[in-house]
This record gives sequence, C-alpha cells and structure tokens, in this order.
Amino acid sequence: MLEIEIDGKQVTVEDGSTIMDAATKIGAFVPHFCYHKKLSIAASCRMCLVQVEKAPKPLPACATPVTNGMKVWTRSEQAVKAQKGVMEFLLINHPLDCPICDQGGECQLQDLAVGYGGSQSRYEEEKRVVLNKNLGPLVSTDMTRCINCTRCVRFTTEIAGQMELGQAFRGEHAEIMPFVEKTVDSELSGNIIDLCPVGALTSKPFRFSARTWELARRRSVSPHDSLGSNLIVQVKHDVVKRVLPFENEDINECWLSDKDRFSYEGLNGEDRLTVPMLKQDGVWKEADWQTALEFAANGLRKTAKQNGPDSIGALASPHATVEELYLLQKLTRAIGSDSVDFRLRQSDFRADGFREGAPWLGMPINEVAGLNRLLVVGSFLRKDTPLLAQRVRQAAKRGLHVSAINASAEDWLLPMKNRVLAAPSAIVPVLLQVVAVIAAEKGAKVAEHLSAAMPSAVSDEARAIALSLASGRKVAVWLGNLAVQSEYACEIQQLAEEIARLTDGVFGVIGEAANSVGGYLAKAVPLVGGLNARQMLEQPRKAYLLLNAEPDMDFANPALTQAVLEAAPLVIALSAFKSPSLLAAADVLLPIAPFTETSGTFVNCEGRAQNFNAVARPVGDTRPGWKVLRVLGNLLEFEGFDQNDSEAVAAEALADGNRPDLGNRLYGLEFKFAGQATAGFERLSDVPIYAADPLVRRATSLQKTRDAKAPVVRASAATLAAIGVESGARVRLKQGQGAAEVLIVADDSIAANCVRVAAANAATAALGAMCGEISVERV
Amino acid sequence: MSGSGLILAGVDGDRAWGLQDYVARGGYSALRKVISEKIPPETIIAELKASSLRGRGGAGFPTGLKWSFMPRSFPGAKYLACNSDEGEPGTFKDRDILRYNPHTVIEGMTIAAYAMGCERGYNYIHGEIFEVYERFEAALAEARAAGLLGQNILGSDFSFELFAHHGYGAYICGEETALLESIEGKKGQPRFKPPFPASYGLYGKPTTINNTETFASVPFIINMGGEAFLNLGKANNGGTKLFSVSGHVNRPGNYEVAMGTPFAELLEMAGGMRGGRKLKAVIPGGSSAPVVPGNVMMDCTMDYDSISKAGSMLGSGAVIVMDETTCMVKALERLSYFYFEESCGQCTPCREGTGWLYRVVHRIENGLGRKDDLDLLNSVTGNIMGRTICALGDAASMPVQSFVKHFGSEFEYHIENKKCLVPPEVQYEGSQIYVRP
Repeated sequence: MLEIEIDGKQVTVEDGSTIMDAATKIGAFVPHFCYHKKLSIAASCRMCLVQVEKAPKPLPACATPVTNGMKVWTRSEQAVKAQKGVMEFLLINHPLDCPICDQGGECQLQDLAVGYGGSQSRYEEEKRVVLNKNLGPLVSTDMTRCINCTRCVRFTTEIAGQMELGQAFRGEHAEIMPFVEKTVDSELSGNIIDLCPVGALTSKPFRFSARTWELARRRSVSPHDSLGSNLIVQVKHDVVKRVLPFENEDINECWLSDKDRFSYEGLNGEDRLTVPMLKQDGVWKEADWQTALEFAANGLRKTAKQNGPDSIGALASPHATVEELYLLQKLTRAIGSDSVDFRLRQSDFRADGFREGAPWLGMPINEVAGLNRLLVVGSFLRKDTPLLAQRVRQAAKRGLHVSAINASAEDWLLPMKNRVLAAPSAIVPVLLQVVAVIAAEKGAKVAEHLSAAMPSAVSDEARAIALSLASGRKVAVWLGNLAVQSEYACEIQQLAEEIARLTDGVFGVIGEAANSVGGYLAKAVPLVGGLNARQMLEQPRKAYLLLNAEPDMDFANPALTQAVLEAAPLVIALSAFKSPSLLAAADVLLPIAPFTETSGTFVNCEGRAQNFNAVARPVGDTRPGWKVLRVLGNLLEFEGFDQNDSEAVAAEALADGNRPDLGNRLYGLEFKFAGQATAGFERLSDVPIYAADPLVRRATSLQKTRDAKAPVVRASAATLAAIGVESGARVRLKQGQGAAEVLIVADDSIAANCVRVAAANAATAALGAMCGEISVERV
Repeated sequence: MSGSGLILAGVDGDRAWGLQDYVARGGYSALRKVISEKIPPETIIAELKASSLRGRGGAGFPTGLKWSFMPRSFPGAKYLACNSDEGEPGTFKDRDILRYNPHTVIEGMTIAAYAMGCERGYNYIHGEIFEVYERFEAALAEARAAGLLGQNILGSDFSFELFAHHGYGAYICGEETALLESIEGKKGQPRFKPPFPASYGLYGKPTTINNTETFASVPFIINMGGEAFLNLGKANNGGTKLFSVSGHVNRPGNYEVAMGTPFAELLEMAGGMRGGRKLKAVIPGGSSAPVVPGNVMMDCTMDYDSISKAGSMLGSGAVIVMDETTCMVKALERLSYFYFEESCGQCTPCREGTGWLYRVVHRIENGLGRKDDLDLLNSVTGNIMGRTICALGDAASMPVQSFVKHFGSEFEYHIENKKCLVPPEVQYEGSQIYVRP
C-alpha cells in the first residue's frame, strides 16, 4: 500500500495505482478524455496533467504511477495552466459546431470546455477538415470533430477483440479510420458511441431524433440474451428513442451488445400488433378486448369440454417475462393440462424429470475472471452471448485456457488453447474421450452409469482438452445453445457434469434467452406427465396458447410447427407483432406489450432475478401480457388470478425471492448413447445473432449489419466438393417434407460432412428440425 | 570525409569499409580481448563510466550508467537496439559511420551485448538511406562468416544475433520507444515512460538503445581504456565526436574532433565561411537545438557543457552554419514545417501545436504577420514544452523560442514591413536555392 497526498488529502492506495486511481478514490475529478477505466492507458490527450512535487513538469494523472509519499495537486496553478493549455489545443481544430452536433448536451469536450476553455479562440488559421468514414449501419461519423483520443481504437482492439479501427497518418493529418473498404462489424460496436468523448461517433439510428435533455432515462433489463444486461431506456413522448448501458459491474460492466442497444427500433416497427384481432371465415378483423378475450376463453372452455383438457397445449417464448410464463402455466394447469413449455428450440427432453433444478451457468458471471480452465461445448459464444464472450476474452488474456468442442470453429477473437471440430452427432464421443483421459489423469473412477461407455481410443485433440482441464485450478464446463438444442443434449449434459465432477469444477449452461432460467422457475415446463414442446407438435393438440412466439422462426422444427398450428382448430396467440406466419396459424391475436411497455422479471443465466418497470405507455390497445393472462383466468373463473400487479405475480412465481431453485445435476438417469454419424449430410443450426427473437428481427438497422447478412447455408470446401458444387452455388436442401433452395457458401470452420443452416430465417423456414440428417443436391 | 580521429581514422570512402580493412586497422581486437580475457561485464561497464562517454544521439546521457540499468539477472530475453534512424535536419554522421566503417558498430554492439547479456540486437537504419542499409547487411554477413557474430562468437559460449532493420522515413522513429514500436511492426509512436526500456522495452523485455556513434566508440574505449578515452576530450566530455557541419561553409561534411575543440577550429576545418561572409548564427546540435548567435558561438568549445552554457545543446552534433544572407524567419519557417510534418499525432499539444506554430511563422514570412504574433508563438511553445509524451514537442518549440529570442527584431521587421530585412537578392546570393530576386 502506498500513501499519497492529493490536494492536501491523504489517501492510501494499492501498489501499482496511478494518480488517477488515487484521485478517483478521494473523489477529486481530474479532467480527461483518452483515459477510460476499462481500456489501456494511452496518456495521449494530456488533459489530465497534474502537478507533482519534485517533478519539473506536469505529469499525466492517468499514467503516472503513485510512489510512496508523493504529493499531487490537481487544481494548482501549474496544473490548471497545463490543463487549459491542452484544452486550447483540442479546440483549435475542433469545428465547435455544438448546435448541430448530436453529442451536444452529453459531450465531454463541451462540458470540459466550459471549465477549461477560453471564451475566445486565439487560433485564426484555417481549421482541419477530416472526411467521414463509413463504419456500417450503426455508427455514424463526423470525423472533423475527432480529438484522436483513440478510445474507439483501443475498444475494438482490447474489448471487442479485433482491431477494426486505427489511427492512420501522422501529426495533424492523423485520422481514425477502419481498414480500407471495411466497416466496424463487431457485435459490440455500439459501445464506441458511448466511449467517444466528442461527437465524432454517434448512433446512426438515433441521430438527430432528439436532444439528450428531452429524454427521460428509465432503467430496464435486456430481453435478449441470457446475460440480462442492464439498460437505460431513453424515452420521449412514450416512444423509445435509444438504449444505453446501465453500469452493472456484475453483469454487463459498462458495455452493451449491439443487440441490446439497437433492438429498440423494432418496437416502433410497422407490424406492431396494436389491437386485438379475430379471424372470421379466414378473414382477419379488428376486435375489442372484450370480444377477443371472450372468444379465446370460450374456445378454450369448449375445447377442454369436447376433447378433454389434455388437448390444449401452451407454447411460450423464453424471451417472455417470468410473470407471463408463470400465469400461462397456471392458466394451462387450471384448465387441466400439464402441456406447457417454453423451450421451443430444444429437441431432446429426456432429462426432464431427472433434473436437480433449473439449468444455469453454475456460477456468477463476475467470477469468470477467476477461472483458469474453461471448456465450452456447442456454442457460438461470441454471437450468442457477446458480453460473456468479452469476459472470457479478458480472462483468456490473463491466462485462462479456453477450449471448445463444437460443430463449427468460428473465430471468437480470443486466444484458444484447444479446439475440436466435431459434427453434432460426434460431440458425445469426443466428450467420452475427454472424460476417460481426465479420470485416468486424476486417478479417479468414472461414474458408474458412464463406465460402460468409456472409449478405448482417444484422439490427440480430445486428450489435449482433457489434460488442459485436468491441470486446472478453477475449471468450468459450459454448454452452449447448440449443445442444449442438440438431439443428444441429455448425454452432453451428463458428460459435462462428469467432467466438472472429475475436475472439481463448475458445470454450467449458458442459456439461449433472457429467461431460459426463469422459465423453469416459473414452472413453464411439463411437470406431471404433460407434453413438452416437441411432443405438443408431434402429437397435434386441438388448441394452442402461443405466447410471444412465431411459428416459422422460434421453433426447433419450423415446417412442422407451422403445419400443425395451421391445422389446429384453435390457436390463441399473444404477441407484440403480427407476422405472416402468425396470421396464417392463429385464430385470435391478442396484442401484448413488449418489455418496454410492461413490468416484469427476467432471471439471467447466473440465476439473478431482475425486475423492471414499463418505460413507456403501451402502444394502441396493447396490454401487458400478464394482465391478459390474468383476465383470461378470470373469464374462465379460475381461482388465483386476482393479482393486482406484476410484483404479486413475481412473488408467487419466485416464492423464495432471489434464491431460485437452480441446479444442473441429473439424478438417476441412465447413459444411453445410441448416436452415430448419419449416412448423408448432417445439419447443424445456428440462430443468427439478429434473428433470435421477434423484437430483434424487426430492428431495421441491425438487419443491415454484416452479421445479419451472413451466409445462410455453409459447409466446408470438402463437403461442397462431395456435393459437387462450388461456393456460391444454388442447392436444394431437403428435410422430411420440407425443401428449400438456397445459396451455399464454403466455410472451412464447419465440421466435415456437416451443413450449417441458419435457423430463424425465412429462406430455411420450410425445412424441418434444427439438427439431424439433411439432403443437399445441386440445382 | 576527414579520415582522422578514432571512428573515422583510416577510413577511405567506399573502398575500405570491409572486414579485411577494418581488421587491418585494428578492428575486432577489442572484441577478441573481451572474449579471450573473459573480461567481466562489470569491468566493461566500469570502463565506460570512466570514459565519460555520453550518448551521441542527442540527449548526451552517460552510456555506462545506461548500461548499468539493465537488470542483471532477468530471466529470458534481453534486447539491444542501435538507433541509426538519423532524421534530424543537419545530421548525417551515422550515415557515414555505417557506410564507411560499419564493423565498428557491429563490434561495439557485440561488446555491449556481452556486457549486458543481450541475445539479440537490431540496428534500426533510417529508411531513406537504403544503400547504407544494404552496406550494413553486407558487413553483418562478413562478420557472421568470420565467426564474429552469431552463435558461439570466436569459439566462446557467448552468442549474439544482430539484424539490420530499416525504417520507412518517419523522423519520430528516432525516438527510442517509437523505434521499438516500429521494430515490433506497429505504427511508430513513442510510448509513455515510465516504464523505461531498460525494464519494459522491445516486446516488453529489458532493452538498451544507443546511438550508432555511441556503439562505434565502444571498441576504442575497450582498447585504450576509459581514462585514455576521457583524456582525449575534457572532463565530463570524454573522447572524440563527429560533427556534421553543413550550411554556409566551404567544405560541409563530417569532422571527428576531440570534445572541447573550439568552434572556430571546427569552422576552419570545414573550410571557413563560404564567400568569406560574416557568421550570423549557428544551430550547434541539430535542428531541434536552440539557435546561437554567431558571436556567442565563436567563443564556444564543442562539448556538452560549453554549448549548454551558451543556451543550446550539443545534441547530435549537427552544426548548421548560417551567414548574413540568411533570413531567419524563412529558416524558422522551414524548420517549423519539418516538425509540423513529423509530429506523430499521438498526443494533443504536439499534434495541434506544431501546425499552429508553422502556420503563424508561415504567415509572418508571407507578410501577414500580426503585432501579437511573437507573444502568441512564445505562449504556444510554452504550452507544448514539457506537456508531451516524447521530446518532439520540445524539439519543435526550442527553435521557435530561440529564433524569436535572438532574432526578434527580424521577425518584427517582417511583421511591420511585410518584407524581409535581408533583401531577396542577398538571400539568393547566399543560398542559391531559395528566393530568386
């Protein structure tokens, strides 16, 4: 520990601290631009110059290490003179166009210029002009305003993992720019807007639509990935204008993924469902709530009476709130059916009934930094949970060994120790090998239910992963979306559990959506012999309740789902949007509020229940989903549907508040792996980052990004050769009844004999299940 | 080429640069001595300290002291770098050392590597002198073939790999940490210090960087002993030094003289003033050193202390001589343009300030000066100096401050009369380059 005196105040700081750290500790503000607590030190803006005893010249607070007994003055004459001198330099070539600048009112340069700038400029020469750059559909540039602090450069390099921006040219000609003809395509790119201390980088979707002081700032929680990033939603006249991060060191730190940040555009989209609608003789007509609800209630009552309550099933999106999911299952069970599920993209449910509790990450998010070995199975980590990938990236830089087993080896932009590329059906054999080696290495016995399955031969790659994990001090094994959605999810889970047991580590499930944990806690799963999501579609019901899900996009088998729902006599859809597939499948459409217009709760992957309030009034006749379900309960005259507010529902759903029933272990389940490589090609599916839920699919700017335009179907060059086509050729995909004609692109990060087909995509919605055999023919 | 002194003694233009000639001149005897006698590294560093050899790149930091900063028992790689990125206007001594006597640098670096335990070295050579880079590569090949460089040098267990690396013409890469960044393949921009290269240098490893001439002096110190080297010059200013004399003299070129030689003597060696004109001013240490009026300079001796007393710096030893035909405003305009173009753009005061300085001086030169411009120049330079990451900000400011200080009346004349105190035809007579009357 070091003693230092700043502005006459004594403070003790840790070894290695800078003057800036010490000043922050005593609450002394040192003006700065390039310094940012999460980025490396550049010491280039020179705004934080302070006076240090015995130093002949002022020193930058951000980069000067504290020495014991140091005396620092941050506001002395020497310090302020230096700071004002730097401010003058920053302003001479700055256009001073605040009245037409989007950053006006929230600009660090503007704020500090008030304190440190002159009222008149001494610079009467011509000012520098810098041409704008095209950084893509999300970030707008006014490069003449740039003060070359390089925060954006350091962000892309250090946090996002890829240097997508740099400072080219020298001296006064220096410019921040992307690589020639490239845009900034990171899934975290929006953060450079927040980081930019001037108006050089601003939000393209938000641009010129409001001034910061006109906007209300309201807290919320992201409804997208399983992290549950904390948001500040900015609202003007009940319209969401933009979304910013709310700093939460335990979850999103000070960052947001682009999905969390820009998805709000979908809220104001044209296909918002704003009035209840009824389909009469095949024609959609607007209705009032009373009529629509009575139609729905009567329909349910009639179906239960005629075909028995089991003929009714409820399917909900994992992006729905705890309150909605809870009341949905309560309603379904009150009707007398146990068929309710929210795991729409899963295909293997054999573990149901053997679970310890709700599958979760197994550890708090902020403990990722403390791991030293990590195995991620079946995940597109960077696109599925961008900010979790970011944490892993930072940990990997500090020595975490990351290994992955997946059917595709995309670049996670972090140092990977080991990587095994295996077809979805081959992941289990690889895991078996890993288990065998770890057990041998540790001199431990493999759990009894697995012992018979132990392989005799082990590949070098599997051994490398096993040795890495076996040598770990703090180990975690995580399952990603591909693993959870796999046909072999059960075995993968059993083996991951065994690896964690053998290495004394953590077994976790990353989770695909904002409420992947919350859905279990709200009991939106079959508990007493009801049908799960897959069975409900494979054994068609007479009536369906559909919550927030679109048949062609949100299910494991879109073709089957669409056909079954269209054929069902009654489909009651609660939705914020109307899509052609819903209009075709449903009989009644009830407009429910998206996350910004209702209160609710999401339970994130670490089991943290985060509730939020509505930030805007519901659009049109839209009502919060929990209220609609409660009223349905009332109309059907069920008990227990008299909650006054969503808090009451949440309290009922999460009885023990913030300590939900979490657990990844499987009890008493035999290990029965019967998988083998398919004769033809095997399908593996990703849900593209901007296609995962109804809201983000309608976010117009995100849909213009490179991620949204990624090839829909890809396979390795060798697979293409086996098919007999070149990259970019048209092929016909067939799965069961479904067929689709699409372009196929070569991508050698895909496992042999596999075809990667994007799910949640209009071009592939006619196909069947997300995994399994697929036939590919040249057209 | 003068052919006298130590480093330049016996060199014969492009004819005698090779290994054979160097050995004939006594070359590599110092290295042989170090290796055969197994001289302890501490002794070598002590000799250097005794020699009072000061860094010849411009800062004049005592070399022995610098070498002693290298952590002795550091586990892992340590690096050595030679700064031959000689970009300062007026400086051209390293070019000639590398061109005419490259082996003395190789020998000096090898001894340095031995003394500091470095296993790899790089010689970073200015990008515009590619033929010198090729010459150095050829010399490296000779040394390697002769077992004087590489694995098990002269049959000992000491190994040292040395490589040539050429820059791409950025002045800033002569700043030692920018040079390291450039070797690493990054954009040449200075690093913030601390940490200093001795603890965090090339690829994050302990690194020592010295100037070409500094390394070239090392073999002579080993051979003659530190004290003898010191005695060549004067106290605190050991040895001989190369001076690149340019400007209005009859025989511009490199002259190696003992430290402490009177300036008048050096001027005489360079053939005296061109056309017998009157000496107006001298920049004694490269373009970033403050200018010294001619009469003051004539009383100076060429060593760190004397020049410092005169208000300037010995710097890299680039002596720019200006006679009475020189327009000091135009001279400063050219210098300011150089720094404006060569600022790396990393930190604010230098990036923004150098352009401001140039534009104001340019305006004065072109008859658009304003009354308070000189105060403005002094104020802007004051805001740059001492506020930047590296010394380029200071280097850009010092000429401005000194020109205004010593030749303020010429600037005022420009501002008031919108023309030059030195008539254009006189300027043309002197320079034959600039303004045609």
